Amino acid sequence: MAGAITAHLSEKASKRPKHITESPIIRVVLIGIALLFLGLIVLLPLASIFVEAFKKGFEVYVASVTDPDAISALKLTLMTVLIAVPLNTVFGIAAAWAISKFQFRGKNVLITLIDLPFAVSPVISGLIFVLLFGAQGMFGPWLAEHDIKIIFALPGIVLATTFVTFPFIARELIPLMQAQGVQEEEAAASLGAKGWQIFWRVTLPNVKWGLLYGIILCNARAVGEFGAVSVVSGHIRGETNTLPLHIEILYNEYQFSASFAVASLLVLLALVTLIVKSLVEWKSAQQQAEE
Amino acid sequence: MHIEVRGISKNYNGHQAVSDVSFSIERGKLIGLLGPSGGGKSTLLRILAGLESPDAGEIYINGKLVNDVQPQQRGIGFVFQNYALFKHMNVFDNIAFGLTIRKKDKAEIKQRVDELLDLTGLRGFEKRYPHQLSGGQRQRVAFARALAPRPELLLLDEPFAAIDAKVRKELRTWLKQLISTIGITSIFVTHDQDEAVEVADEMLIVQQGRLEQQGTPVSIYTEPKTAFVAGFIGHSTVVEQPTSLRGFELTKLSVGTQAIIRPEFVEVGREQEIAFPSAAAKGTVRHIFFRGAHLELDIQVGDNRVAAHRSLDQEPLQPGEEVSVLIHRLYVVSEQSATMVENPLKVDPLPVHI
Repeated sequence: MAGAITAHLSEKASKRPKHITESPIIRVVLIGIALLFLGLIVLLPLASIFVEAFKKGFEVYVASVTDPDAISALKLTLMTVLIAVPLNTVFGIAAAWAISKFQFRGKNVLITLIDLPFAVSPVISGLIFVLLFGAQGMFGPWLAEHDIKIIFALPGIVLATTFVTFPFIARELIPLMQAQGVQEEEAAASLGAKGWQIFWRVTLPNVKWGLLYGIILCNARAVGEFGAVSVVSGHIRGETNTLPLHIEILYNEYQFSASFAVASLLVLLALVTLIVKSLVEWKSAQQQAEE
Repeated sequence: MHIEVRGISKNYNGHQAVSDVSFSIERGKLIGLLGPSGGGKSTLLRILAGLESPDAGEIYINGKLVNDVQPQQRGIGFVFQNYALFKHMNVFDNIAFGLTIRKKDKAEIKQRVDELLDLTGLRGFEKRYPHQLSGGQRQRVAFARALAPRPELLLLDEPFAAIDAKVRKELRTWLKQLISTIGITSIFVTHDQDEAVEVADEMLIVQQGRLEQQGTPVSIYTEPKTAFVAGFIGHSTVVEQPTSLRGFELTKLSVGTQAIIRPEFVEVGREQEIAFPSAAAKGTVRHIFFRGAHLELDIQVGDNRVAAHRSLDQEPLQPGEEVSVLIHRLYVVSEQSATMVENPLKVDPLPVHI
């Protein structure tokens, strides 16, 4: 889900005047192609997950989902998300604030760096941390001496996830904050508000929907992250396997039904995220329409 | 509040926005800061508010140097050009902002906001959000919000710029009355001279970062001190060769000196209509513009073109018609000064002594 598209469907787009719109046949063909493609590429695979998951009956499904390893993978995933998303929220707000409100040297470098996690392959993102904190890495010997585990443990997974999902919130907030400018904040200052008061009472309420949207996207990616986490996790069953990794292991062991059953859990998490996302989009579109 | 500004300068990346501006303002005055767009008016206002800091110079408010005082502590109300209302707050909360931030108690806030709602005629709109208000209403909310913490000085940056012409006139009158009722010292920025002349007790004319002239609207209109002011105020025509105009042949001028003539200095008509025909020259009507209450004439006199007004009650002239043109007076301008010269031929040829 690198890079996100926000769809604000307006009435205007669907009511095009007759002289610039296409003939009914072309419209039907275009819509047909879009739906067919969507069905083949998105809906069919999605449906097949559930079909495969229930192929060997409901009991097998329940057993695979309630398997201790699956439960621990789910717990680990949620734990990672609970740490990585709040961290990125704080970093994202701070970065967006710095970029949109101040003039400083190296601003463009910072903007480019924020995009870096989108640009590099997730595998490399994971490898960076292995090279830094792994046994043969830069800090490896020192960490081993002090008995601190980062690679093949929760801290490594959280680090990799945080790295990969960092751009979502900052990227969402920067254009929003830039568009809003500093006038309201200056008004607040002239009325006697200090730095933090301005932030809590003026800046944050103005970007809340954008922020929430960024958090949701960040969350969606954090739940599903595979590449980077796969490199740093070490695939220790019941300990360092997140849901996506657990699915891969099950699949590689030919336990197809079980792997699809666990995959369906991930799909459900994604669906919840999508629903919340649509709600937020609807709400923020409503707010935009008001302004 | 007595405000004194001494030698303020501000430079933005090599562009001199304000250069060496000094003035002082008496308590309770309503000051119009007038000048062309991009002339440094808004920058000057923002420096006064503490939103920008000057590169050089001093600002004294009530005799106290405030250069290093934060905008939060200056006791200044600021009305922004686009109002900068808090979008996510309703009218009540917007007006109350300056008080809630100071942690005043609820009853006190309510009382003050109610007072301002009545004063600005916004009673009944407390629960509305900025997007549900018209331009004029937003302007009033911005005004009430700036007044709520009882500032000693009110600064307004182009307060009427975003409002349509009809409402703007009403708001001007309303604002002038309101400010005189409250008795708060106020400075407003505008590029519209009608607005400045109508509203201000005193005007500051600013151009290219420099203060050109300070004075009452009447004194600025009748006694412009610099070439810029003479040309900027009123509807002015620049004449390149003033000595070619009838009556001013003998005016002593250095080479290349220009003159500025306002329509009200020029009398145009058929020969019998002119009071001093001997002082009038012949000219041709080039164009006639209907201006609602009067006609504006574009007249060719020799090599010069001048503008003049003519009442709708007078006999109509036709384009191309030859007319008599009497220039009562003009401003002779050089780099840094403007001097008024009366037409010396304007002496009654047949004086009647009673």
